[in-house]
Amino acid sequence: MMRDVTLGQYFPGKSPIHKLDPRIKIVLTIALIVYVFLARNFVSLGFLVATVFIVLLMSGVPLKLYFKSIKGVIFIVIFTSILNLFYGTGEPLITLFGFMTITWNGICNAIFISVRIISLILFSSVLTFTTSPTELTDALERILKPLKVFHVKVHEIAMMMTIALRFVPTLLEETDKIMSAQKARGADMESGGLMQRIKALIPVLIPLFVSSFRRAYDLAMAMECRCYHGGEGRTKMKVLHMGGRDVVACICAAFVLTAILLINGMMPVQL
Amino acid sequence: MALLEVKNLSVVYGKGTPFEKAAVQNVNFSIESGEFIGVIGHTGSGKSTLIQTLNGLIKPTDGQVLLEGRDIWKEPKKIRAVRFKVGMVFQYPENQLFEETVLKDISFGPGNMGLTAAEIEKRARNAAKFVGLPDALLEKSPFELSGGEKRRVAIAGVIAMDPDVLILDEPTAGLDPAGRDVLLSQLLSYHAQRHNTILLVSHSMEDVARVADRVLVMNESHLEMLDKTANVFAQDQRLEQIGLKVPQITKIMSILKSDGYPVETVLTMEQAVTQLLSLVNKGGAAV
Repeated sequence: MMRDVTLGQYFPGKSPIHKLDPRIKIVLTIALIVYVFLARNFVSLGFLVATVFIVLLMSGVPLKLYFKSIKGVIFIVIFTSILNLFYGTGEPLITLFGFMTITWNGICNAIFISVRIISLILFSSVLTFTTSPTELTDALERILKPLKVFHVKVHEIAMMMTIALRFVPTLLEETDKIMSAQKARGADMESGGLMQRIKALIPVLIPLFVSSFRRAYDLAMAMECRCYHGGEGRTKMKVLHMGGRDVVACICAAFVLTAILLINGMMPVQL
Repeated sequence: MALLEVKNLSVVYGKGTPFEKAAVQNVNFSIESGEFIGVIGHTGSGKSTLIQTLNGLIKPTDGQVLLEGRDIWKEPKKIRAVRFKVGMVFQYPENQLFEETVLKDISFGPGNMGLTAAEIEKRARNAAKFVGLPDALLEKSPFELSGGEKRRVAIAGVIAMDPDVLILDEPTAGLDPAGRDVLLSQLLSYHAQRHNTILLVSHSMEDVARVADRVLVMNESHLEMLDKTANVFAQDQRLEQIGLKVPQITKIMSILKSDGYPVETVLTMEQAVTQLLSLVNKGGAAV
């Protein structure tokens, strides 16, 4: 059960989106997420949804995986849209139990918020599905480089992120193993109240901590043996290159932005 | 009636996804009470999955595991009772230690069984004795011990539940040769005193040949053989085909046999010495 976590799972492929420079991909993802909040009427929202679908199809990742990533937040989406449904202002359309009113404004709010959350998740999934964790941290290191002026240890932060990501599956596997071992000794993790369940986790967490520290020491030793001494003067194995593809992607993004702003300007704004 | 019986057992991981993989396919066998079984197989042959179905840590996709004639999954809520009867020591079990003292850690298993405090302590001390842990260590933190001692604490933690069936997954992996010998002799003497059933998974053919009554061979998720140790290791060609080996001494003797010397299949050095000595004494060395 622990093994099918899809959080930030890389799906190798050769689509145009996979081949984009990861730096551009991060910047564009942030841009698209901003667009999600710029779209302020149904037409521009529809345009945005169309963009989402085109990007999803271009990524070559099975749509099933995207559905899976939405499934994790579907509860939040439903919850917030129901809340919004009842908190609209204006003429009530329907009144429930005398005090809960649904207004046209509330319905619009609910639709907008759910579409926005879902597109947000989809855009970030495209990024994590099409970019390997190493590429991601590499790009992040480059993007954050200007912060060096303020003595932020950009390389160290990026290295820590890479290591953390690399050890997620390892730790999950380890947790699985230790849980099985304790279950074999009769540990009961499936029943009992909250306190009992927390207590039942101690036999899993302590060995997990111990082995994490051991792994950290081993890794530090292995890195030192290979003369790692921080980011200074360190060259990259894979140097990032921007190409024509990336320029095209930026132009497309700029086009989408213009379209959304134009539609917003020409048609009545809903929100 | 067999103590442990496996009927048409299959385990498939990720059923219905593109990553579907059958780890165990249609396996049938039965084990009598008091047997010492060696389990061998190439890496990825399905032996780890197989043994984990035996105490209900993995639920079979198909087929049954019968303990004393009862299907262990008949009442899923009582699966813990099965785990107390079928004890399981995982690979590198020293990674599961967590308590403040060695004695408390060994007591974790029996503690979960709902016994009285006195009974728990008695069992824990007994188990410590079985694996040869000196009393002086019992009050120490398990994290202060050496690797070999930690391993023994972990094994004692399972023995303390006093299981009818004890399954050990490569208990000697990573130990030095002396440590291996000691651990195996302790297992043998434990088996002799307690008369319970032991399944030992091992990559060391020498170890298996030394201790097992019968050997179960897994190959590519199927049960390849289950027979008396001598019979299994007599099939050296088949074993080599599936990526396994026979003990060195068995191999030497089987070469001698195929060269025409009147010797039998042997499993240990002692057996080989006896046979060769009698051969030399008879003066029949030259054929």
